[in-house]
Amino acid sequence: MVGLEHYLVVAATLFVIGIFGIFLNRKNVIVILMSIELMLLAVNINLVAFSSFLGDLVGQVFTMFVLTVAAAEAAIGLAILVCFFRNRGTIDVEDINVMKG
Amino acid sequence: MTVADYAFYAFALVAVAAGLLVVVARNPVHSVLWLILAFLSSAGLFVLLGAEFVAMLLIIVYVGAVAVLFLFVVMMLDIDFAALKAEMAKYVPLAALVGIVILMQLALAYGAWEQAEGALGLRQAVTPDLNEIHNTRALGLLLYDRYIFLFQTGGLILLVAMIGAIVLTLRHREGIKRQNVLAQMYRDPAKAMELKDIKPGQGL
Repeated sequence: MVGLEHYLVVAATLFVIGIFGIFLNRKNVIVILMSIELMLLAVNINLVAFSSFLGDLVGQVFTMFVLTVAAAEAAIGLAILVCFFRNRGTIDVEDINVMKG
Repeated sequence: MTVADYAFYAFALVAVAAGLLVVVARNPVHSVLWLILAFLSSAGLFVLLGAEFVAMLLIIVYVGAVAVLFLFVVMMLDIDFAALKAEMAKYVPLAALVGIVILMQLALAYGAWEQAEGALGLRQAVTPDLNEIHNTRALGLLLYDRYIFLFQTGGLILLVAMIGAIVLTLRHREGIKRQNVLAQMYRDPAKAMELKDIKPGQGL
């Protein structure tokens, strides 16, 4: 019988893959954005699993809000990326040091 | 093992494998395609959990909008991805270290996890019986009633994101002839053309 723990393990694995991807693709912003999407997906799996096994519908409502914010974040991130590529001709994260921050 | 259990293991395995391939794929276009597969199998997991509406939303929003957006950007930018990937091996030890540490922390957290005594009493919206009211309707009743302000805020976030993306990417390039609608509308035919009577053998 598949229980709550099974879903939590899947979500944890996906979350760790997302973090792994951010550190692995230090130069490629597009893959970093995709890794963030994977991490948000893991959070969504957690929310829905708890919602389902506890019998509380609020978890699914918040999954929808997480989805909304994730979609907005992807749109803005890709817009910034396109803007940056127009100005610099590369998407290497390590080149983003104009402000010397 | 029931059919649902087999389905869970299939979806979970595909989701994790696709997630891993998103991260390690050489070609970003392949990465996006693996991302789509990960989202589709996660939608399958949501269906198994009884959250059909969120599953369909995931397919519509992620596969239909976000993944296509990623594909557009990947194909639009002219980037030498091979050069970006060349130094990937350098980062593997650090990435693996961080990943393993966080995995251990999550394992510790989940290993000692147990439900609190009063957890069932603290539920904000108990899932109604499926025979009375189905998932989509129950979610709608909750979303448009108790979470209406959060829902409106979500709409506002999307509006701001849309305007922001347009403002960021819109540009007026120099040296391109554009249609000037106002100038066309205010153009007066009487002033645009002039007749001159030129006598033969003389210039103007």
